[in-house]
Amino acid sequence: MNKLYEFFDVTADAGFYAYGENINQAFENAALAMFNIITDTQNVLNKKTYTFSIQSEDKISLLYDFLEELLFIHETEFMLFSKFNITIDNNLNLKAIIKGEEINWEKHKRGSEIKAITFHKMNIEQTEDLCEIQVILDL
Amino acid sequence: MNIRDIICKIDKDVYEIPGSYNKKMRARGRLYLDDESLENLEDGALEQIANVACLPGVYQYVVGLPDMHFGYGFPIGGVAAFNQRNGVVSPGGVGFDINCGVRLIKTNLTKQDIEYKLDEIVEALFKDIPSGVGSKGMITLEENEINDVLDHGAKWAVDNGYGWKEDLEYLEENGCIEQADSNLVSEKAKKRGIPQLGSLGSGNHFLEIQVVDEIYDPEIAEIYDLKEGMVTIMIHSGSRGCGHQICSDYLRIMDKAYKNHNIDIPDRQLACSPLDTQEAQNYLKAMFAAANYAWANRQIITHGVRKTFEKILGKSSKDMDMGIVYDVAHNIAKKESHVNEKGVSSDLIVHRKGATRAFGPGRVEVPEKYREVGQPVLIPGTMGTSSYVLHGTQKAMLETFGSTAHGAGRVLSRKKAKEDFSAEDIKRNLSNKGIKLKAASDHIIAEESPGAYKDVDNVVKISHETGIAKLVVKLSPLAVIKG
Repeated sequence: MNKLYEFFDVTADAGFYAYGENINQAFENAALAMFNIITDTQNVLNKKTYTFSIQSEDKISLLYDFLEELLFIHETEFMLFSKFNITIDNNLNLKAIIKGEEINWEKHKRGSEIKAITFHKMNIEQTEDLCEIQVILDL
Repeated sequence: MNIRDIICKIDKDVYEIPGSYNKKMRARGRLYLDDESLENLEDGALEQIANVACLPGVYQYVVGLPDMHFGYGFPIGGVAAFNQRNGVVSPGGVGFDINCGVRLIKTNLTKQDIEYKLDEIVEALFKDIPSGVGSKGMITLEENEINDVLDHGAKWAVDNGYGWKEDLEYLEENGCIEQADSNLVSEKAKKRGIPQLGSLGSGNHFLEIQVVDEIYDPEIAEIYDLKEGMVTIMIHSGSRGCGHQICSDYLRIMDKAYKNHNIDIPDRQLACSPLDTQEAQNYLKAMFAAANYAWANRQIITHGVRKTFEKILGKSSKDMDMGIVYDVAHNIAKKESHVNEKGVSSDLIVHRKGATRAFGPGRVEVPEKYREVGQPVLIPGTMGTSSYVLHGTQKAMLETFGSTAHGAGRVLSRKKAKEDFSAEDIKRNLSNKGIKLKAASDHIIAEESPGAYKDVDNVVKISHETGIAKLVVKLSPLAVIKG
């Protein structure tokens, strides 16, 4: 696996594929892709840790709820994140430990604001040793 | 069958998708496009019109406007009206940025009056009006105050000292839909809303200083108080994270509701619920609350603009006659009565997604001062291009549920725009035209390059020529502030 994620073309918005050897890794890289739309995560230090858990009815909904929760913490706590540790169990319980630092636009690169996560073409494809995620964000 | 093979031209720049295209269609599609825009349009956007025409209670036809393009479920630049009796409500028909809209502020200043201070004004506006991702709004709300904002909109803002009493008269819905209910807004949406009130946002949102450059209809321009050479200020912003969250919350609810109510929909993103259900009623009241938030937001930004002008120019905003021309919502659904060509009146739920209300003469919803000529219709351009004021028409009332286009409409992806255009070139280009540009980041400048959008001049031309909203004045930018 070479790439963690890559962006693709959508007329009005932003789309990305995120990859992982398993679903946990693919979710982690999806989060990384999302924060690289907001900023350049290479300049985001791991100063503060947040943890949260969510549960959803299916994998797609879990992905949606996970990304939405990240967006919520980013907007309400003025945080940027660059390190994600995700574990999903068989009952679709997701546990997240995420690390980052408070926004400082003097230091962090200013990217785009994400309005919302969409269900449009949202997809999770799993094979034995690869998981690929597709997401389109409303900007 | 390809959808293009069945589209028929019924008039100059007017096309129809017959209901026979797909056996689930309950209405036709009606498109206001010239040949070239139709040719360049994604097939997906045409399919979306046909899909929306499959929803229960859809009335007459689904409208595609001159700036139409592909959206999520519903196309952007479209209007869908549903019978209140047997129709549905759909969050996808409004979009994430509930009551994204445009406000126009007039002045008694000319370009010469501000030219020598323009740099200072732009720097101060950029500093005073928060914009860009991750910015805190101009005001700090107490936790319980968010409910008042959601329930009372711009009225809350004016009551709390942000603006003038008379401002409210010149806002669509007077800046407050009374059926809004903050109890139906999630804690999450409120938390996202609290820190962002009084901020512009990012992407295509902007604040612009303009000048009235050309007058097409002198009589109506006079009624709108617009004179050649007058400096105006345009605000394009919406309901921020609060509205986005309300849409997301109810999309999840509707995704269950359409299954529970056995509604057959061709695309999951058209998730909807019959008007008389709890889900639909709750969505409407929460969506109205988001709309109120957006009106409060644009009201607070207006206040900020006035304060900045006062500070730099040393005159009071009353002395500079900085009143509001109008404020329009272009992502919203509302209960409205419409009379069709046969004279039959119907009570409808009109969804406008990327569509501006363009009510014609005589409608009580239009401020008294403008009622005889129809409402002002504000169509913003893109960075460095002109914007326009049009007026609503009787033709729009008969044909488009009193609606027209909302802007230029994107044609190039952000990724492609960044590859094709550089921020430096765009800045130089604008500077050569004498337009100042201040943005939170260079990469937004490239993404929002005018070349990434349809030609707004052509969008308003189609609107004017088909008569669904007619030109009044052209506004040219002097300075642009982007998030």
